[in-house]
Amino acid sequence: MTEWVDMYRAQLATTFATQLQYRAVLVIWLLGLILSPVISLVVWMTVATSGGGQAGGFTAPAFAAYFLALMVVNHLTFTWIAWEFEYRVRNGQLSGLLLRPTDPIHIDIAANVTYKTITLVIVIPTVIVLGAVFEPAIEITPVTIFAFIPALALAAVLRFLVEYILAMVAFWTTRVSAINDLYYVPLFFFSGQLVPLSLLPDTVRLIGLALPFRWMLSFPVEVVLGRVQPDDLITGYVAQIGWIVIALASRVVIWRAGLRRYAAVGA
Amino acid sequence: MASVVRLLAVFLRVGILNELQYRTNLYVQLFRSSLSLVTGLAGLGVVFSHTQTLAGWSPPELLAILGVYLVVSGVLRFAIQPAMERLMEDVRNGTLDYILTKPEDSLVLVSVRAVEVWRLADVVLGSVVIGAAVSQMHDRIDAWQVAGFVIALVAAATTVYSFLLILTTLSFWFVRLENILVIFQSMYEAGKWPVDIYPAWLRGALTFLVPVAFATTVPAQALAGRLTPVALAGAVALSASLFTAARYFWSVGLRRYAGASA
Repeated sequence: MTEWVDMYRAQLATTFATQLQYRAVLVIWLLGLILSPVISLVVWMTVATSGGGQAGGFTAPAFAAYFLALMVVNHLTFTWIAWEFEYRVRNGQLSGLLLRPTDPIHIDIAANVTYKTITLVIVIPTVIVLGAVFEPAIEITPVTIFAFIPALALAAVLRFLVEYILAMVAFWTTRVSAINDLYYVPLFFFSGQLVPLSLLPDTVRLIGLALPFRWMLSFPVEVVLGRVQPDDLITGYVAQIGWIVIALASRVVIWRAGLRRYAAVGA
Repeated sequence: MASVVRLLAVFLRVGILNELQYRTNLYVQLFRSSLSLVTGLAGLGVVFSHTQTLAGWSPPELLAILGVYLVVSGVLRFAIQPAMERLMEDVRNGTLDYILTKPEDSLVLVSVRAVEVWRLADVVLGSVVIGAAVSQMHDRIDAWQVAGFVIALVAAATTVYSFLLILTTLSFWFVRLENILVIFQSMYEAGKWPVDIYPAWLRGALTFLVPVAFATTVPAQALAGRLTPVALAGAVALSASLFTAARYFWSVGLRRYAGASA
């Protein structure tokens, strides 16, 4: 156990130092993460205003609350592992990492945690300023916070695993960016980034229920806004854990198969 | 002007020959372009399942914006962005020397020499979307509207080109700048929707700080017959002055360039 603590302490310190070197890159990622929800927010506030004050049960301030909460959750759950992993495989950098006694996934977990910690310094003031501009209707109680934290943590774990699995496609093909595009389209619609899921047409929403995307983003957002009933809350946690178990198992299987393939290339 | 066209034709031919070696890229590009079209259309579909108009824009008019967005982003990624990326790299490595020793206008050379041919797929798809949008608009479109649209579109491309050239020219002073183009890309996303919907401060930023409004909203307004001659003249004047400024700034920056051996 202390080995793991030491390992993570070292990894966190290293990734922290590395990321502070590339401050410009940090800010650029952030810009996209901030701008995209603001665009959706403005579009739907306009829809609500022209629809006589509300659309699908959301008033303009409710949309503002939804998309600002989404901005924070999206920031805390997103990963850039697909790009990182492709680069590693292409350059053979992965070979060096494989020589280490621990699975490289721990480096990525540590990097993820430090990035988010560093950038919260920018995200929190940004959300506060945007909150002052768009005047969201949000009421956060200790109960919602208490329900929100596990939902958020599970969402982050699930999204990290799913995107990690996707990144491992780099073992088989170098055209990872096209596959990424294919992933971001359903993610955008079914995770609630375009619009709260309850506003999607019924058939689309039903398809979304069978997919993991909502558990990676919109579920914690709905929880913190107090839009989830206690019964659905438990079902939600269970669904998240179920998807995590599936993802973990797939990660192990695909990782092994991928490594065999990687060694076979002779990199 | 003739030499610009001739050079562009030569580099385009070389670009096509180059790309023909990698034909899968065409399919990958077609796939990606269709994905972005599907995303755009589905987004519009969801929005209009909850409202009739968005800040006074009807569904076909918003479809026109989506089309213009695709066309302009196609042009951007076909010629402007590859050229600017190459330029930054050359300034950093000192290989811009090879351009400067050639007996042609260096700005013309750097602007046309890198093309990514398959990106034109976005231009084609965007044009189809614009066509579909126009056919759904209620009023017949007249020649003036078409002329205004074409002028606005040329002004849009010029504005985007000049703006990115100014950003790229900064690399004569600050060597590592490649990310600045990524910033523009993510700001450009906002151009999928008419700028009128954004709050005043953001609209101001998208009009004057980063010229997204001129790139997509203005041409679509022309198509919808809602662009006043004065506004069109304003867009043309802005693109002309931005172009002149960019050209001047380029010559200033070039004097800073030290070359590989200096």
